[in-house]
Amino acid sequence: MTLQTLTRPVVTDASAPDPAATPARHGGARRALRGARHVLRRPGLLVAVAVLLVVAAWAVAPQVFTAQDPLVGVPADRLQPPSGAHWFGTDHLGRDVYARAVHGASLTLRTTALAVAVGLVLGSLLGLLAGFLRGWVDDVVGRLVDVLLAIPSILLSLAIITALGFGPVKVAIAVGIGSVATFARVMRAEVLRVSTSVYVEAARASGLRWPAVLGRHVLPNSSGPVLALVALDLGTAVLAVSALSFLGYGTPPPAPEWGALVSGGRDYLATAWWLTTLPGLVIVAVVLAANRVSRALEKTGEDQ
Amino acid sequence: MTRYVLRRAGQGVFVLWAAFTVAFFVLYLLPSDPAALVASGGGEVSQVDPTQLAALRAEHGLDRPILVQYGDALLGALAGDFGASYVSGASATALVAQALPETLRLTGAALLVAVLGGTAVAVASVLPRARFLRQALSALPPLGVALPTFFVGLVLLQWFSFRLPVFPAIGNEGAVSLVLPTITLAVPAGAQLAQILSRSLRGTLGEPYVETAWAKGASRARVHLAHALRNAAIPAFTVLGVMVGGLLGGAVVTETVFSRQGLGRLTVQSVNQQDVPVVLAIVVFSALVFVVVTLVVDLVYPVLDPRIQLRTPRAASRRAASRRATAVTA
Repeated sequence: MTLQTLTRPVVTDASAPDPAATPARHGGARRALRGARHVLRRPGLLVAVAVLLVVAAWAVAPQVFTAQDPLVGVPADRLQPPSGAHWFGTDHLGRDVYARAVHGASLTLRTTALAVAVGLVLGSLLGLLAGFLRGWVDDVVGRLVDVLLAIPSILLSLAIITALGFGPVKVAIAVGIGSVATFARVMRAEVLRVSTSVYVEAARASGLRWPAVLGRHVLPNSSGPVLALVALDLGTAVLAVSALSFLGYGTPPPAPEWGALVSGGRDYLATAWWLTTLPGLVIVAVVLAANRVSRALEKTGEDQ
Repeated sequence: MTRYVLRRAGQGVFVLWAAFTVAFFVLYLLPSDPAALVASGGGEVSQVDPTQLAALRAEHGLDRPILVQYGDALLGALAGDFGASYVSGASATALVAQALPETLRLTGAALLVAVLGGTAVAVASVLPRARFLRQALSALPPLGVALPTFFVGLVLLQWFSFRLPVFPAIGNEGAVSLVLPTITLAVPAGAQLAQILSRSLRGTLGEPYVETAWAKGASRARVHLAHALRNAAIPAFTVLGVMVGGLLGGAVVTETVFSRQGLGRLTVQSVNQQDVPVVLAIVVFSALVFVVVTLVVDLVYPVLDPRIQLRTPRAASRRAASRRATAVTA
């Protein structure tokens, strides 16, 4: 047995939920096939992945899914209930609500993705430092995480928005910082677990430098639970972003951000149920799907 | 025991100080200039008269070095003074205190509903003999966690205020106006609790002492409610701090949806007007609530679960010795 095989443990199965999107590692095709079969055997998971793919497609190419304009309405068609022509009905300006939801996907998902990225990068960095360097760094990071957890995340986000001002990027930063603590905790625990394992010791003993140990062994092997957390945080971030957008801190009015879309229907609750209910259900579907995928990722992590 | 309490209280004070510090530097060091915003009165910031701006800065002490401001603010906060609101000039602490009772009523009611509802759903998802019933009920908590608070609130309003005019749509008048906001706020908290509790219940039901209870002929309900639930509830109890914090945060959206007065509404107003002292006071207050609830949970925990030993090792062995002694005399 060569040292190479000793120091190269099995990479966590990242390709399970969406085999097409991730490049297959370690004996690609078979693993991808197994992943696909895993998804196909679970109808709930299949629906969840489909929901996420459809919404992602909305964000990338909205004009493929709807020919109607999200911003300019037909006044004659105002406040019409859902029908074949207008799946989600129309609002008080005669705008097609389905078109607005489809076009809003890119706004909401971009903000969400940025928020998750902020939380992931900052949190993982903190967790990595804490778990790898230990000692006083670990103590400081630990206390910081305690503090961030002590402030309800929406209030932390609102404090950041007070300081930064309004707008989608600022909302994303605020929501992202709200999730730093969770990422830091999970990353730290994983790094601690991995860096005490035999193959890391072997890599160090064979003279590999610290950065290389980190990049080649610690990071790839601690990514599993973090990946599950990314999916979970995607759902949480959609909720937080749309709540802040509902409160009016996101992209200003005519833009069809999902939270703002629901908020826009508030004045018509008595007469036009579709204005709040249908865009709201889109948010619910996305969050449910993200949570389902997260659970599947967590399971595959545990099984290995 | 006293030493443990003191240590935990010390940690709580530290977290509170650190929360104040983090919030202070986020609010005072980040780019926007509150004085300019106040002076502009909602107009263009660039049109503000420089002398007026300087006067405003001096009035709120914003022209001093940041560390001096921080020291001052910290001393003030220790005495319960978070400075004056930029907008109304009233004391930030007084504003929070004034808004608090309504929000406490709301969050208190929501906590009660969340605990009762969450427990009921968790028990119901393991108790029935019919498999499909258990499965259907276990799908509820994940659904509840995925529902945006504002969406729940608006749908409830739509159905129970407009379609069936049972409850008033807005306002703080009487207990009836509390019903829909309470349910709205309780849904995510209750779902979270139900998730933790049902997982814990499933674990507990596999334990040997439950097996013993079955073997002794206890009924299905008795095994679940009297034997399993009591132990399973202990881990769920530890999330109380996070839950109460979450309820305070959720009040922001709930009070906006139902146009209620309270701390959440005050938060939204203060954020809209970039009223930094009030936001700081609210953030520190919410951290205080979290710290106190967590401390209480930690102190009550050993009463609920005698297996947990809090005492320092020496005190523990002394206790064990005295217990042995009493056992002998008994």
